[in-house]
Amino acid sequence: MFCWGAKAKSLNAVGFPNARDWNPTEEDWKLPENWQEIFLEGMRERLSKYRSFRLFMDICVRCGACADKCHFFIGTGDPKNMPVLRAELLRSVYRRYFTKAGKMFGKLAGARDLDLKVLKELWYYAFQCTECRRCSVFCPYGIDTAEITIIVRELLNLLGLNIQWTMGPVADCYMKGNHLGIEPHTMVNIFETMCDDIETLTGIKITPSFNRKGAEILFVTPSGDFFADPGTYTCMGYLMLFHELGLDYTWSTYAAEGGNFGFFTSNEMAKRLNSKIYAEAKRLGVKWILGGECGHMWRVMNQYMDTWNGPADFLEVPKSPVTGTVFENARSTRMTHIIEFTADLIRHGKLKLDPRRNDHLKVTFHDSCNTSRAMGIFEEPRYVIKSVCNHFYEMPDGTTREQTFCCGSGSGFNAGENMELRLRGGLPRANAVKYVRDKYDVNMLANICAIDRAALTTSMNYWNPGMGVTGVHELVANALIMTGEKKRETNMRGDPLDMPVEEPEAEAGAAAPADKAAGGKANV
Amino acid sequence: MKAFLPFLAVIFLVLLVIVGVKAASLYFLFGVIVPYAALLTFLAGVVYRAVKWGRTPVPFHIPTTCGQQKTLPWIKQSKIENPSTTGGVVVRMLLEVFLFRSLFRNLKTEMHEGPKLTYGSDKWLWLAGLSFHWSFLIILVRHLRFFTQNVPGVVQIVGSLDSFLQIGLPLLYITDVIFLAAVAYLFIRRVAIQPVKYISLAADYFPLFLLLAIGCSGVLMRYFLKVDVVSVKMFTMSLVSLRPRIVPGVGTLFYVHLFLVSTLFAYFPWSKLMHMGGVFLSPTRNLANNSRMKRHVNPWNYPVKVHTYEEYEDDFRAKMKMAGVPVEKE
Amino acid sequence: MYNGGKIFFGIIVFLGIFTFPVYYNIGKADTTPKPSLNTPVINQMKVKHCVEPKAFMRANHMQLLNEWRDSALRQGQRDYVSSTGETYNISLQNTCLHCHSNKEKFCDRCHNYMAVHPYCWSCHFAPGKENKL
Repeated sequence: MFCWGAKAKSLNAVGFPNARDWNPTEEDWKLPENWQEIFLEGMRERLSKYRSFRLFMDICVRCGACADKCHFFIGTGDPKNMPVLRAELLRSVYRRYFTKAGKMFGKLAGARDLDLKVLKELWYYAFQCTECRRCSVFCPYGIDTAEITIIVRELLNLLGLNIQWTMGPVADCYMKGNHLGIEPHTMVNIFETMCDDIETLTGIKITPSFNRKGAEILFVTPSGDFFADPGTYTCMGYLMLFHELGLDYTWSTYAAEGGNFGFFTSNEMAKRLNSKIYAEAKRLGVKWILGGECGHMWRVMNQYMDTWNGPADFLEVPKSPVTGTVFENARSTRMTHIIEFTADLIRHGKLKLDPRRNDHLKVTFHDSCNTSRAMGIFEEPRYVIKSVCNHFYEMPDGTTREQTFCCGSGSGFNAGENMELRLRGGLPRANAVKYVRDKYDVNMLANICAIDRAALTTSMNYWNPGMGVTGVHELVANALIMTGEKKRETNMRGDPLDMPVEEPEAEAGAAAPADKAAGGKANV
Repeated sequence: MKAFLPFLAVIFLVLLVIVGVKAASLYFLFGVIVPYAALLTFLAGVVYRAVKWGRTPVPFHIPTTCGQQKTLPWIKQSKIENPSTTGGVVVRMLLEVFLFRSLFRNLKTEMHEGPKLTYGSDKWLWLAGLSFHWSFLIILVRHLRFFTQNVPGVVQIVGSLDSFLQIGLPLLYITDVIFLAAVAYLFIRRVAIQPVKYISLAADYFPLFLLLAIGCSGVLMRYFLKVDVVSVKMFTMSLVSLRPRIVPGVGTLFYVHLFLVSTLFAYFPWSKLMHMGGVFLSPTRNLANNSRMKRHVNPWNYPVKVHTYEEYEDDFRAKMKMAGVPVEKE
Repeated sequence: MYNGGKIFFGIIVFLGIFTFPVYYNIGKADTTPKPSLNTPVINQMKVKHCVEPKAFMRANHMQLLNEWRDSALRQGQRDYVSSTGETYNISLQNTCLHCHSNKEKFCDRCHNYMAVHPYCWSCHFAPGKENKL
């Protein structure tokens, strides 16, 4: 179970070392002659740069609390997918070359020589960790396997050992502004198509702007949202919401990517890709930045962006032009999550919503790893969903919020050749979805992550056929009553609405959303 | 094998000190030189390790958030599980250090036919870990009666609470029982639970055997073979007052106990036992989730090569103009 | 970010805790106990001896007393045959304290030194004290 090795042309595009075409199934990985030296020197450097790395190498007591917390261990049963063992793969090398006990006692102290077999093992298992951090929640010392995986991948990168499914998007994002390599004119085309669809649905013509100087807000979302279903419905949701609000905002074709696959290769590459967002905000002279629904994007925005490319003193603290709410929790990065923005709108009764338009859906919510464990967005999406849907059901305890399970394909694994691993890793999440499907007839899995929308669709097709996957703003768009819109016959996807026909729509619109929220429409 | 060698090592240590004291009469070596050397190694070693960690920067702000973030004023923040202030972090760390908060979350994942996954509460590791650490701490505090003139009141209170059941004479300390039971459990789970056995190294068994041996020698001394505690204290007081002298009549068993404790202290800084210090430094726990509010500075942040907008526009100017996207240079 | 100050503080606290006995005892009087055998009864003994040898008594007296209590109060057995074959009356008041009539200078010296608080005196009267009921 693995993804194909990264191609020379992708590595060369961003100037990564030891670029070459190679194949993980072949015996010869065409490594540079001094690969051990490079690896160990890289390790030494990172041990002096990351306290997390040094500390997590040192203090694990192997209590095993993390063992059955990893979706890949649960799904594959491979003992080396226990987080502690995954870390031990590198820790054994650390002992051998960086601790006295390991140098003296060798194998007895749990140390291993860095040979080709060990290197291949590191590669194999570094790409069976989605950096979801679930293990870190349960670790008594907060040891975060994601940190270790990040470092291992950096070290592998020094040897040109990456996966193409990550490196391709990195190269494209670097040169073209987004992971999917969508060039500016194509991007405009795609948006025209989406706007045509919106017009068909609502009778309203939307004309979004691109790279517009002087806009108040720069909007950034993962390019997956305007590339394929069901992400596109969420993207149309943004377009409809912003149009209805009359928001003074712009898209950018240069900073057209909220996600950051660079984060799955090296810290430096992640920073190089991320730099575009502040650079573009500065060039366009916007006041603040609004970010779309995405998982690892928000880990980066919350925990890394300001450190790498800040301070963003050329921006203003985000303030909703509709409600006047100042987003104090983003006063340094000056970037707000759209779910915070929308929750605030609904709370202030600024949106006309008819949740009955989502009555054909029984919805559950999948907390994405990064927004959960690297940020803590739990209530905002639930509030929004409950405001736009009448049927919402939680998945069982132990599988939601900070204990949520990965979709199985995070951190750049969504490759076709990697299907078995993805489905196995997706099992714990799918199994919890199955539980609410069997119990409450849930038929729609909502989330706020672009990779989820792609990955869970595949996972559900296999594990829970018939289960839909949606972004939260698609649900918002379904329920959103737009000024001057025509009567909606279908939902965003063209499926007929399951609505009582006799009730006039205007009446439903009159119901103030704020009341509904206060009344608590929780069905669980 | 991974368990057997550490077991042999502890047996060897015990035999070493017995032979050294009984046959070779190396009282000064085992009574004075080794304990002093062990304590110095412990103090210097722990400081060395802590300084080494401290000199390594925390480049990024990476708390693991386990509750609702600080957000809109009408959404209730989980101020401890996802702290945004120093106060919240302090409480989170206190819970972590004193109550093992994270371990308390432990779940047991089970796969049934179907497949069907279930998640049950599993608090045994938490209970054993917490029992072991707390009883060890109380035992250490109690031992201060051997190291202080005019034993401080707190130490006396701890001792009398610990023995309030008034079983036997000398009174049974509850923590002695808990300590041995907890360490035994921690050992048994390492050999009985298959995944835990798989991940265990010699370095995991050695401290357990050492602690068991220390506990057993202490219990033997207090409850069974009896040593003359006044002589023992005269000796230990000579150590702490830095005027060491060998006091006759303290018995070989005491030297065994002392040597094993010395081994533990000397071993401590070079082992996983350093989690005692490390837990305070873990960046996933000791940082507030406020990195959108306050910029976290990375001391080694360096400029990187980026693909600028100008370069991008040069690549795509014609296409941008064709699509009606504004450009800087016509 | 290094948090150097906090780590330094932590190290000081660590050293402070683990060297506590060293500085706590500085300037404190040496209280090494010398239990006194200077009582009228002991002074009159030709061969000074206890019910069992001194070394045994030093380490095991508490256990012996515990057995004496059980033997006298629970089984009504008041004869104790020592390891040297002599028979003693099992009685704290009439045997032990008969010789060691100086509790403060005998019992208490070691007990205080070791911070031990025997519960003998919650039932028995300490010798030489007023019998306050």
